[in-house]
Amino acid sequence: MTRQKRSHHKLKRAVAPYLYLSPSLLIIGLLMLLPMATVIAYSFQNSAVLRRDPTFAGLKHYQAIFDDPVFWASLWHTLYFTCMSVIFHMTIGMVFALMLNSDRINPTLRNILRVLYILPWLFTAVIIAVIWRLLLEPNGVVNSILMQIGIIGSKIEWFSSPETALHAVTFANIWAGYPLFMVSLLAGLQGIPKDFYEAADIDGAKAYQKLIFITIPQLMPIIISISLLDFIWTMQVFPLIWITTGGGPIYSTEVLSTYTYKLAFSSYNLSQASASAVVILLISLGLTLFYIRYQKAR
Amino acid sequence: MRKRHTPKDRLITVALHVALAAGLFFAAFPIYWMLSSSFKSNTEIFALPPTILPKAFTLEAYAAILGDPVKLRFFFNSYFVAGTVTVLTVLIALLAAYGFSRFNFRGKGSLNTLIISTQTIPPITLLIPFFGLVVSYGIFDTYVALILTYLVFTLPYAILLMTGYLNTLPRDLDEAVAVDGGTSWTALWRVIVPISLPGIVATSVYTFLLCWNEFLFALTLTKSTSMRTVPIGIQLLMGQHAFEWNQMMAMSVLGSLPLLLIYLVAQRYFLAGMTAGSVK
Repeated sequence: MTRQKRSHHKLKRAVAPYLYLSPSLLIIGLLMLLPMATVIAYSFQNSAVLRRDPTFAGLKHYQAIFDDPVFWASLWHTLYFTCMSVIFHMTIGMVFALMLNSDRINPTLRNILRVLYILPWLFTAVIIAVIWRLLLEPNGVVNSILMQIGIIGSKIEWFSSPETALHAVTFANIWAGYPLFMVSLLAGLQGIPKDFYEAADIDGAKAYQKLIFITIPQLMPIIISISLLDFIWTMQVFPLIWITTGGGPIYSTEVLSTYTYKLAFSSYNLSQASASAVVILLISLGLTLFYIRYQKAR
Repeated sequence: MRKRHTPKDRLITVALHVALAAGLFFAAFPIYWMLSSSFKSNTEIFALPPTILPKAFTLEAYAAILGDPVKLRFFFNSYFVAGTVTVLTVLIALLAAYGFSRFNFRGKGSLNTLIISTQTIPPITLLIPFFGLVVSYGIFDTYVALILTYLVFTLPYAILLMTGYLNTLPRDLDEAVAVDGGTSWTALWRVIVPISLPGIVATSVYTFLLCWNEFLFALTLTKSTSMRTVPIGIQLLMGQHAFEWNQMMAMSVLGSLPLLLIYLVAQRYFLAGMTAGSVK
């Protein structure tokens, strides 16, 4: 190659990655970063979106949200829903993964059960909501089974009584989400070197000691990163609650996303909804930074 | 080796199998109930005591769904939007992933962090500005509105998945093309794409799934019944015929079919996509 040709080639190598990335960056810039800036701007305007020449509102909409008891109730419900979901996703996922990983069951049964245990994950949130509405109907199968074995005395309206609705939607979400943990932990379990357990056997370790001192520490990185991701994603829940309870009865299952949605598209208060959306964004970004820092430290 | 014949050991094995059965009931009963209800008449669904197997097996609910052009349109919309977004996403993500995987350039680290963090942007945050944009560009209630907004959410995952896959491929292959005087563009299409098919399939599967499940944007950015997707269709069905549970279950079964089929046929690719976010 001549020198000129080589420098031409070098230039091409230098520009090429940006060209390959440009369609993605264009889309992310125009349809993600720009809208994020827009929603922040909306939250400081009066009659955002609805008027062509909105006026500056300062922190008025944030003030309105922080003064609204429904916002604080939604925040609390979101936290309860998310924490319970993550804790139980992790516990159930761990128990199932350990059971499937045991050498006491035969491999065919293991494979069949693995497929069946993953099933809840394959269903869309809307469908999960519809299934649980059918199961938890006052005249539905859950009530009739519970009454037959004498756990409850009368029919419970799971989704339409304020005492049970939040627990019912949380339960449905727990059912729907544990397979992510199960699949990841199962992969993690298979990656733990066998010698660790053999060495423990020689030392006469009991099964629970092996669990506490080998298995769980080895799985810790997976547990932490999935918990963080699950937390971030579960916090954004919308369809499950929208279809089962719609946030009711009397706000008892209102979460941040349904609260924001109603502000925007039922009350058409798009400015205040934007303020609420920015609050959700900030919480998410905080957790994301935490997640990224954790991933980098690994 | 562990001893297998002590009574205590046998007891543990039995207990484990009882626990496995309980787990199976927990995981699969709701799905079984959906399936069996879709083959029942509406009165049988609430029969006392509940019938585990449909006593009078009927396909009337499926006939009602499949015979209704309005509902078939929901399915067409879902397939069309998810299919289009999948093709676009995979193409665009492949280019970006190639850039990330095969080049070193200024800003690579921060761009990578940017893409990882966009994975966790809450959809509800973007919904309001999207609504404003979609209305002002006159694309409210069109496929374009859905395709563009879905694309933003599928791209980050797809880029990370594809980059992860391309990083596993040896570099000598495309370097051989460079030695022969070929450009990186030639290397991408002649060498990388043909051997990346497993990665492309996994990315497509996951993208399709994200689109198929989308609810919030479809709910807000479309309005007419002919533009609705399956998840919204199920919600509409619920509002109109609150008591036609067998039809709702039949529609749910039909709406889950693509994902179930993909899962059964391409389990490996499916799981690769689903767990990608956590492994990266």
